[in-house]
Amino acid sequence: MSTDISPDQKPGYRGLANVPLALEPLNRKDFTSDQEVRWCPGCGDYAILAAFQGLMPELGITRENTVIISGIGCSSRFPYYVDSYGMHSIHGRAPAIATGVASSRPDLGVWVVTGDGDALSIGGNHLIHAMRRNVNMTIMLFNNRIYGLTKGQYSPTSEIGKVTKSSPMGSLDTPFNPVSLALGAEAAFVARTIDSDRQHLTAVLKAAASRRGTKLIEIYQNCPIFNDGAFDAIKGPEADEAVIKLEHGQPITFGTQGSRGVVIRPDGSLDIAEVAEVGIENVLVHDAHRQDPGLAFQLSRLTDAGRLLRTPIGVFRDVERPAYDDLAREQLNLARGDESSDRDGALQELLFGKDTWTVR
Amino acid sequence: MTTESGRTSSTPVHTLDRVVIRFAGDSGDGMQLTGDRFTAESASFGNDISTLPNFPAEIRAPQGTLPGVSSFQLHFANYDIVTPGDRPDVLVAMNPAALKANLADVAPGGLLIVDTAEFTKRNLSKVHYATNPLEDGSLDSYHLVALDLTGLAVGAVADFGLGRKEASRAKNMFALGLLTWLYSRDTESTISFLQTKFASKEKLRDSNIAAFLAGHAYGETVEEFAVRYEVSPAPMPAGTYRQVTGNLATAYGLITGAHKAGMQLFLGSYPITPASDILHELSRRKSQNVLTFQAEDEIAGVGAALGASFAGALGVTTTSGPGLALKAETIGLAVMTELPLVVVDVQRAGPSTGMPTKTEQADLSQALFGRNGESPVPVLAASTPSNCFDTALEACRIAVRYRTPVIMLSDGYLGNGAEPWRVPDLSAIEPIDPEFATAPNSAAADGTPRFLPYERDEKGARAWAIPGTPGLEHRIGGLEKSAGLGNVSYDPANHEAMVHARADKIAGIVRDIPDLEVDDPSGEAKLLVLGWGSTLGPITAAVRRVRAAGRVIAQTHVRHINPLPANLGEILKSYDKVVVPEMNLGQFTQLLRAQYLVDAECISRVRGLPISPSDLANDLTVRIDALTPETPATGSTSEETK
Repeated sequence: MSTDISPDQKPGYRGLANVPLALEPLNRKDFTSDQEVRWCPGCGDYAILAAFQGLMPELGITRENTVIISGIGCSSRFPYYVDSYGMHSIHGRAPAIATGVASSRPDLGVWVVTGDGDALSIGGNHLIHAMRRNVNMTIMLFNNRIYGLTKGQYSPTSEIGKVTKSSPMGSLDTPFNPVSLALGAEAAFVARTIDSDRQHLTAVLKAAASRRGTKLIEIYQNCPIFNDGAFDAIKGPEADEAVIKLEHGQPITFGTQGSRGVVIRPDGSLDIAEVAEVGIENVLVHDAHRQDPGLAFQLSRLTDAGRLLRTPIGVFRDVERPAYDDLAREQLNLARGDESSDRDGALQELLFGKDTWTVR
Repeated sequence: MTTESGRTSSTPVHTLDRVVIRFAGDSGDGMQLTGDRFTAESASFGNDISTLPNFPAEIRAPQGTLPGVSSFQLHFANYDIVTPGDRPDVLVAMNPAALKANLADVAPGGLLIVDTAEFTKRNLSKVHYATNPLEDGSLDSYHLVALDLTGLAVGAVADFGLGRKEASRAKNMFALGLLTWLYSRDTESTISFLQTKFASKEKLRDSNIAAFLAGHAYGETVEEFAVRYEVSPAPMPAGTYRQVTGNLATAYGLITGAHKAGMQLFLGSYPITPASDILHELSRRKSQNVLTFQAEDEIAGVGAALGASFAGALGVTTTSGPGLALKAETIGLAVMTELPLVVVDVQRAGPSTGMPTKTEQADLSQALFGRNGESPVPVLAASTPSNCFDTALEACRIAVRYRTPVIMLSDGYLGNGAEPWRVPDLSAIEPIDPEFATAPNSAAADGTPRFLPYERDEKGARAWAIPGTPGLEHRIGGLEKSAGLGNVSYDPANHEAMVHARADKIAGIVRDIPDLEVDDPSGEAKLLVLGWGSTLGPITAAVRRVRAAGRVIAQTHVRHINPLPANLGEILKSYDKVVVPEMNLGQFTQLLRAQYLVDAECISRVRGLPISPSDLANDLTVRIDALTPETPATGSTSEETK
């Protein structure tokens, strides 16, 4: 067996393959800026920021090659609090801006921070196209199912009937299920996690770092001011009954001591059954690496569209697909050829073209 | 003057100084290609050229109808010309619709070459010709050459085993061959062009060449033409020339700008008429370190470009008016983050979708003011197709030096129009230094070195550190930032200071802008005609006519719209009257009036076409005469004059 290390096997995370590693180990503090964090007390964003800052040293890349791009909304203040390069951009456009960053610089690790309004309403178009192209970036979609920064209007993930300042008689909009949307948009890596479950959140972010391309991570995040308790069912004492944890290669069970499981009915639909009744061998084994997104989509539909009482979390889909910017660089390098070639001469030749005449 | 030429024919050869030819046919008839080839032949012969393609927005409008007519006009001459010409001397009409749509423009006595095969009863009725104009005497005041071009072309390619429909497509090459003979052009360049174009399609290659040569031979053998013509080469400054369209020159200017800055050129763009050709050209230039990204929409195009700039590339986006509207918010972000960004707007007739294939200059106000807040942006306007190169290069230089978005205004007329271009010597172009920050530029109170991203240099440009630079990590964004430090700030005094700092920085670019020169040979002109952007050609042509008719007029042309040249105010005040021809309702005029308190008058044309030099000459004449008690003798202003 060869001991050579191919680029795929070098130390570090494959999703960050071309990003320089820090020579000296970094710590959480290195990723903490001098700015005072200004989210509301009790906001779920604090926990996500802490988990992120805790994870970064573990990923091993340098601070200066870490780039965070955000849109507009409460969560989009995130870059100011991480001592790396960052841009707090405009509403909805972070995936587009990050596409330019990632495409022009293979040596940068790019994270996008966005919210349910930013990513799914005004920025819906950029989000789906980033995912279908599979540009190298990790999108952390903070979903609190409400507009926080503008003080409490319903969002594209708010449930039908939600009473807010702009929907006094109840919202009429059918909400998006971000995981379903991402799977429909050809995303190769799609996951969901919860702000308060630091261990799970960190594990999902790490899994994302192992994969090239666009990683969409929906993070359920509590807004204590305008939508407090939206995720109580999956956080409270009954959480075991509400949270369906997806683990690759494991039967999908949940409830007290895994008493309930996800099964495929003869008509192809998914259903919840008592494991004792159907037998553990008949419970669906989760395969995140399945190329066909159909089953992952069906799993995403186990999420309540209304008030959230039950939902799967974890990595729904994690498949290999070439990243747009890797391919674009490949084309560029192919066209550019040898580094030693005469760039000035080639450009001068281009300007002349093939059809010239000389005036003396 | 008639010169006997023994080159290939015994037909006498007349020497002309200028000719305007218009090729017109169905949009599927290959008129753009035919015109383009004849242009290349004329350019390589050494004539000065100017072209005006004119095509319908519909890719294939119903055959034989007026909306389906596509045309290509070429003006070539033995002196430097400035417009594609007002009135064609020659019209090649491939069907009744093409004849009907273009006849009114043809100069009396002009040559009409018409394909009789298409003058069927059905085609005539499609365009409401009650009788056949080729037979009813209505064309008696023209030199009509009615030929069965289709039949002749089909005959010429009979040996290649093409179907009739396919064979008849060669009629454009037959017509080209005929014109090539008529104007004593060389056949070689078109033959080698066809050989390359259809290299992999032997049958098409051979049949097109056969039709082209047959057309040439037809002119030589048939006694339809009593004389043929020659337009001698134009005197031009020494150098190596090529033909270039405005869009191509823009692409080359952008590539050269990034190359001179040692940066990758990143284009984020969304297809839109008439700007898409820049995207096409840049997409082919990966070997020049050009990365192109066809985005999901206009907003993503400019967003990705700004992201690339943030990462240290030269971000560029190309669009037309409706796209510029969509990009406004991101351009505002570039103003706030003070990052380089080049935005090319190839203007078209608006508002809204307007007339996408027609030209206009009505995005000026949008470029200057179309953003929220105080968001000053340098605006440059190209004046000719080849000037698009210099303008794009200058836009790159300003964007990088001043860390600012720059809007370059071109338009459909410049973008698609072609003219000879003296190819610049790359080594003579000044490099552009991005001056990336690599070390802390200040120290905290305790002496710790630190980086201030909003610390400004003597030009007012901020320090720019790109990701990957250790120790200079910082965050930027759309929120107002504190001076120097760059932290989010809502401080009233800071905001006011930053608004002024951004405005002063842009106003200060004037130091890089040359003073405006006025063409006023006698120094006695009372009226100044001032243009901007693509009206340079038509205005210059009109001024020549006015002067040829014995009147005195001064002319100047603005390419730097923001900031304006330093001496403009002084120039405006030294004339009794200032008129500003514009392809809008007076947007630049309004700016001049507001800025300089001068009673400038707009001569407005919004017809989707370049301003007509003869019309403009008349408008100018009226205004000059109104200023002059005694009117000088009237001379002809009907033609563009040397």
